[in-house]
Amino acid sequence: MRARVYITPKKGVLDPQGKAVEHSLHALGFPEAHDVHLGKYVELSLEGLDVSRARERTDAMCRQLLVNGVIEDYRFEIDE
Amino acid sequence: MRWGVVTFPGSNDDHDTQYVLEHVLGEDAVSLWHKDRDLQGVECVVLPGGFSYGDYLRCGAMARFSPIMESVIAFARAGGLVWGICNGFQVLCEAGLLPGALIRNRGLRFVCGQVHLRLETTDTPFTGRCARGEVLTLPIKHGEGCYVADPVTLERLEENRQVVLRYVDASGRATAGANPNGSLNNIAGVVNEQRNVFGLMPHPEHASEKVLGGEDGLKLFRSVIAAHREGGDRRTAAVAPGH
Repeated sequence: MRARVYITPKKGVLDPQGKAVEHSLHALGFPEAHDVHLGKYVELSLEGLDVSRARERTDAMCRQLLVNGVIEDYRFEIDE
Repeated sequence: MRWGVVTFPGSNDDHDTQYVLEHVLGEDAVSLWHKDRDLQGVECVVLPGGFSYGDYLRCGAMARFSPIMESVIAFARAGGLVWGICNGFQVLCEAGLLPGALIRNRGLRFVCGQVHLRLETTDTPFTGRCARGEVLTLPIKHGEGCYVADPVTLERLEENRQVVLRYVDASGRATAGANPNGSLNNIAGVVNEQRNVFGLMPHPEHASEKVLGGEDGLKLFRSVIAAHREGGDRRTAAVAPGH
């Protein structure tokens, strides 16, 4: 079982890295690029769990350590 | 009084803080190791600056789960004095002992230099010996010092006078130009609602001797000593290890 966790800055929280990358894209001739946000991607393997338990455990990992709910949002996928 | 300075792997201002406490102020200061749980009966715990656990994942995110932090959190919840400087401030936010979070500086650059700070409240054990509105000069050195909190939290912080220090210009005005990292409301330091947990990005321990460019940092240390002597905060870290 493999979990893929996507962590992004919460809406409304300042994202200076996203802003800087957006400016660079515009400067490079990609004016269509908007709402650029930089986040984190975490991959991990889970052993001995069924899908629903794997979801539960991954969600707990996000809430306890992987994500700071004050500034970040997250979503994840579980692949068998 | 008896102070404890925590050392996490990657802390780098722990010895400087202990030096100021012991050799400049003549206090009793012990080193607390991140793997221990015993707070050794200290009356104020300092979480120092540095890059605990390499700042991996998020600044302070890993340190918050070290064994010593279990005891520090219990100590703080029991009313004990806990003071986080720079990385220590980040750890306290991650641990939920202080509201908000510290993110990458708005300018994306590591900032290093002296800043002016307006003291917003003397109603804390950390600032009782200062004057309200007083402008202190302290050094900063950080890449993730931009203080953020949701609008409701921010409003509550201001209403309860939990903002302790604000970045200002030399004449004491909180302008955008005086804000080195983009912190909301120019916030440089906050206390919790109970006012026994304090976090700030600037470094009072690096402004505690004239030879290092200033002594304004001593005002904060001396406030804690005075508050303790006056009996306002006599709680010691008698929290049982592991609780």
